[in-house]
Parts: sequence; structure tokens; C-alpha cells
Amino acid sequence: MPTEELMAQETVAPWMAAPPVYDNESNLPDWYQKFREESWKRFVNTADPKRTDENWRFADLKKSKFSELLPAAQVEDEAALIDRSEKSRLTDCAAHYVFANNRLIDSDANGLPEGAICLPFGEAIEKHGDLVREHFMKEDRSLGGDKFAALHGSAALSGLFVYFPKGVVCEKPIQVHHYVGGNQQVIFPHTLVVAEDNAQVSVIDMFETIAEEEQTLVIGVVDLVAKNGANLQYVALQDESDHGARHVQINSTRAGRDARTKSAFINLGASWIRNESINRMLEEGADCQIFSANLANGVQEYDQRTLQTHEAQHTTSDLLFKNALYDEARTIFSGLIQVQPGAHHTDSFQTCRNMLGSDKAEANAMPGLEIDADQVKCSHGSTSGQISDEEIFYLQARGIPAEQARQMISLGFLNESISRLGGEELKEFLFRRVEKKFANLL
Amino acid sequence: MSDSLKIENLHASVEGNEILKGLTLEIPKGEVHAIMGPNGSGKSTLSKVLAGNEEYDVSEGTVKMDGVDLLDLEVDERSREGFFLAFQYPHEIPGVSNANFLRAALQARLPKGEEIDAVAFYKTMYEKMDALQMDRKFTGRSVNDGFSGGEKKRNEILQMMMLEPKYAVLDETDSGLDIDALKIVAEGVNRMRGPERGFLVITHYQRLLDYIVPDVVHVMVDGQIVKSGGKELAHELEEKGYDWVTEELAVA
Repeated sequence: MPTEELMAQETVAPWMAAPPVYDNESNLPDWYQKFREESWKRFVNTADPKRTDENWRFADLKKSKFSELLPAAQVEDEAALIDRSEKSRLTDCAAHYVFANNRLIDSDANGLPEGAICLPFGEAIEKHGDLVREHFMKEDRSLGGDKFAALHGSAALSGLFVYFPKGVVCEKPIQVHHYVGGNQQVIFPHTLVVAEDNAQVSVIDMFETIAEEEQTLVIGVVDLVAKNGANLQYVALQDESDHGARHVQINSTRAGRDARTKSAFINLGASWIRNESINRMLEEGADCQIFSANLANGVQEYDQRTLQTHEAQHTTSDLLFKNALYDEARTIFSGLIQVQPGAHHTDSFQTCRNMLGSDKAEANAMPGLEIDADQVKCSHGSTSGQISDEEIFYLQARGIPAEQARQMISLGFLNESISRLGGEELKEFLFRRVEKKFANLL
Repeated sequence: MSDSLKIENLHASVEGNEILKGLTLEIPKGEVHAIMGPNGSGKSTLSKVLAGNEEYDVSEGTVKMDGVDLLDLEVDERSREGFFLAFQYPHEIPGVSNANFLRAALQARLPKGEEIDAVAFYKTMYEKMDALQMDRKFTGRSVNDGFSGGEKKRNEILQMMMLEPKYAVLDETDSGLDIDALKIVAEGVNRMRGPERGFLVITHYQRLLDYIVPDVVHVMVDGQIVKSGGKELAHELEEKGYDWVTEELAVA
């Protein structure tokens, strides 16, 4: 075989032999079947990320390579996982769902407001096909993860569809657990949240591995749609095993007139993660806030790419990403603010801050701006630094031991972005999870 | 052995420059002493050396707190042993709430396995905050983050009231305070005066000493105590200026 042909074959080699097949395939509508087939073709024909691709700059490409992935098989001890999920359940949530290896194993939707629709994704496609179709994976922009998105599109059948009709308001979050387990096994959770005019909804996805030391993969896509005057919050808490788990998540947010969205990535676990976040402010008054708090240690690599696109006048957005790095951890932040022609009177901010807890840790930041409008207020910036000796001295002078002082300062540093979210219990919950990882670091 | 904070022949330098040049001073428990002195005389250096700031090298001398060798202890150990420094420039700790900070400081004083009683903690904290006329919203705000100069100083006094030290050094607590805030802060300090506690008040101006009336006033010049006297010494200094002391020294 000529070398050139061999190479071409290698770059488009699929990571899976065939798209996953589900038990209830016969119930799926034609449009969805067709979408899956097209997605599979796109996946097969899309090359692996390359070093020369700006969207993969600084990334360790070895970590984004896959082979012999298997659709996750049903887990044996579902009862144990249900018990485990109960232990990290928010006391005040509107609904609670537990998925294990792509299957729904437990749910409690008693606290949902009247009119709200909240269904596992597969069921939603059957029962509310038109609604799903209108919003499902409509984003055609990519920050580099197209191959992952295509594979997801060929396989998504777990996760939650959340639809809040006009004026339906619920401040309590909907909590979704996603467990993945088994070597080389992959799950494809999809979260689709639609808040119609003046609706208010909050969703938290939690990703965990069933066991340590397994080579698992999550390829998740999240579609967030906030219509006029809607208020939508979404949080992804990723706390998978740091030994072999890898995690890809692509968020896409669309905000209509006067809509408010907040979305956040909290990363504590996994050996490698790739987060992409596309935020589009489509009409006047739209406001998107994007947060991240990441605690990376060992040889963890957290790779995050973001886009804030202002497509109408008088839109605002604010991004605050915070990384605390220890040992030989690496982070990559690449963010672009785009103010499109005519999107005058826009305010857009982007900040990435890194706190380096070790000489060998590496934080990369690539902030960017593209402005094609007038009367625009934009700022972007990134900083990297260590905890100052003076701050430690101040806490120590109150009797707090130096190590604990370091931990408190770092935790406070990450908490600055968590504290910008809504919901007291939710914030406290996230803070405690970060604190727990810190306690294990010492 | 009498209870006191006893500093003997203390020499300290920063980056090779000697700032404290054999300072000797004893604050018996139950007394309030003040140190006044011109800028650059080493007043703030003394406070930082006592707290254990590692930027300063101590080459000679001893500091005994009720017989315990303070210089042998880590910064946090000194605090737990009963030493307190109210900072001239308190640091900001973003993302760490005032309440959590105080709680951690108190928790650090408890034996392992013992937990702070949260209800009692908040009750005490609110009482002290009321006394300092601090709004309760400060409990949830990040430590000193976005506080005004006066709010920071009040926060220092709140910490002192919560930690109930044996000896407290107030480093230019009056700087940046308006007269009303100064009175509140002084009142907080006066409430803590008593036979079980000693104070060292470092200030550039006599104004603070009208509200926190000292038992003894020391004048510090060029890294040493050059003159000590009663509270009237503060007024004399205010009237005649620091040059008076230096001239007097030159004559002697």
C-alpha cells in the first residue's frame, strides 16, 4: 500500500467499529435515524485533531486519540449506584435523575413545576420529537471538537431533555447524575434545555466514574436555549477518576432578547478533559455569563476553548475561568470574543486566572478579540501567579497553619467563579466538592 | 517570673539593612504601652518581627511571652500561643468569607477532633460586630476584599476580639480612620483592657492615645527605644515634634 494512502486511512480511522445500536431503536423517528447516520458519516470522514490546527494549539494530542471504544454496557450493580447518587443529592432539587452507562436507572421528578417537561433523551425523542428536533445540535460552529460532536450525534440517547414553557419558573435545580464504567467504554449524554419566554430553569449535570483505574470516555453535548426574557443556568460538575477517565463536553448556548444565561464547568477529576463553550447573544439585551473553576493536579490536562459571539446590539457577556494547578498539571484556555458587524453598544469581558501551586505546572492562555462594531466595551486578560507569601502570612498570623492557609486561599480563588452562580445550596455543594479534592491533595 | 511580653536587645534586618538595633522593651500583662516615633524608625518592623514575618532576619536578642520564647515559634504557633498583630495594611483574601476565616482561626485553637459550636460562634461574632458597628453583611463578604480603609481596621479589631489574645500589637491602627471610626475602634480596644492582657499600640500620632490612654509611652528612634515616660509624653511629643527627642539625645 502506498504510504500516502496508508496515512490518509489512519487519519480518518474511526475510533469505534460501528455506531451503537439501542434496544428501542424501532421507536425512533426517521429524522433522528437519519441524523444519526449522517453524523456517523461525518465522524468517519473527519480527521483527528492535528497539531497545526489553531483550535488544538498547546493540546497534548496523544490524549485526544482513541481506539477500540465500546458503547457502554449495562452496569451490574445499579442499586449501589442509586445509593451513591443519593449521598450527593441536593436536598432542595426540583428533580433528580440517575444515568449509568447511558441508561436511566432512577428518577424523581416530583418537585417540577406544572407544565415543565423533563424526560430522558430517548423518551423525549419519541414523545416530543418536534420540540427536540427544533433545538437538537443546531450549532454549526465548532471550536475544534467536530469529530467528537459528530460521534455524539451518531449515538446520543441518554441524558435529559428539559423544556420549560413560557413563564414557567423554578429556582430549584434539576440534578442529573451520569455514571460511566468499564474499560474503553464510552457514554454519550446529551442535555437539551429549552427555556421559553420568561421561563426560569437551572440544571446541574454531574459526571462520575463507577470505578477507579478504568479507561472511560464521556462525549457529551449540551444545547442551552434561552428565549426572550428567560433565565437559564447550567452547571457541569466533572469529578471522574483521574487515572484513566477522559471527558469531552461541548456546550452551545443561545440567548434571545433580554435572556440571561449562566453556564459553568467545574472540573476536579479525569485525566484529560476538553471543554468547548459557544455562547451566542442573538438579540438585544441578551446576557451570557460563563464560569469555570478547575482544580488540576498530578498529570491532569484541562483544555478549554470558548467563544462569546455578540450578534445584536446592546448585548453583554462575562467570562471568568479560574484554574488552580498543582504537580505537573496543565491547563489550556483559549477564548474569543466576537462582536459582529452592527452589534453596537456591546459589553463583553473575558478573564482567565491561573494559580500555580507548583513549578512544574503549566497554564496556557490565549485570549482573543474580534470587534466589528462601534461603541463597544470589551476587555480580555489572563494572569498567572502563585499564592503570595503575604496572604499566607496574614492567615498564619491568625493561627491557621501554613498548609491550611494555602488551601483556603486556593479554595477562595476558585470559589470566586462558583460564587457568581445562582442558588445557595448549589454553590455550597460545589464549594464542598472542590474543598474535598483539596483535602485529598494535602 | 512575672507575666509580660519581654523584648531584649532585639536586632533585626531586612535585605542586609539593620533596622532594629538592640531594642529592649517590656510590657507587663495588664498594661497598655504605646510606641511613637518618626517614619522609618522601625516601628512597623518591630510588629512584623514579633509576628514572625520571614522577610526579616533576627540576628540577636530574645522575645519572651510569659516565659515562652516567641522567636522559636512559627507564625501560626505564635498566634495560637496568644500573640496578636493588628496589621497596618490588612491583606485581602478573595473568595474566603470573613466568617469562614474567623472560624478556621478559632478551629485551629481547638484540640484535634473537636468542632466549633457554629451557633455559639455566630452569636459571639454578631455581638462583637454590633459593638464595632459593623454591618452583618461583612460575615459573608470576602476577607477585606473591597473594604474601605476604616472597614479593614475594624475587621482587624473584630479578629482581635474573637481570638482574645494575651498580648496584642496594634500597628498604626489609626491610620486611614476618621474620628468616628477611631472612637469605635478605641472603644473596642478599651473593652478588652484588663489584667489578663497586654497591649502595644504603635502610632505616629498622639490622637489615638487620647482614646486609648496608655500606661507608658516609648519613643523609638533609629531602631531603639530612646525615651520612656507616662501618657503626658505623647502630648509633649505632639507639641514639640520628634526633633525635640533627637536633639535632646544629641545633647546627652
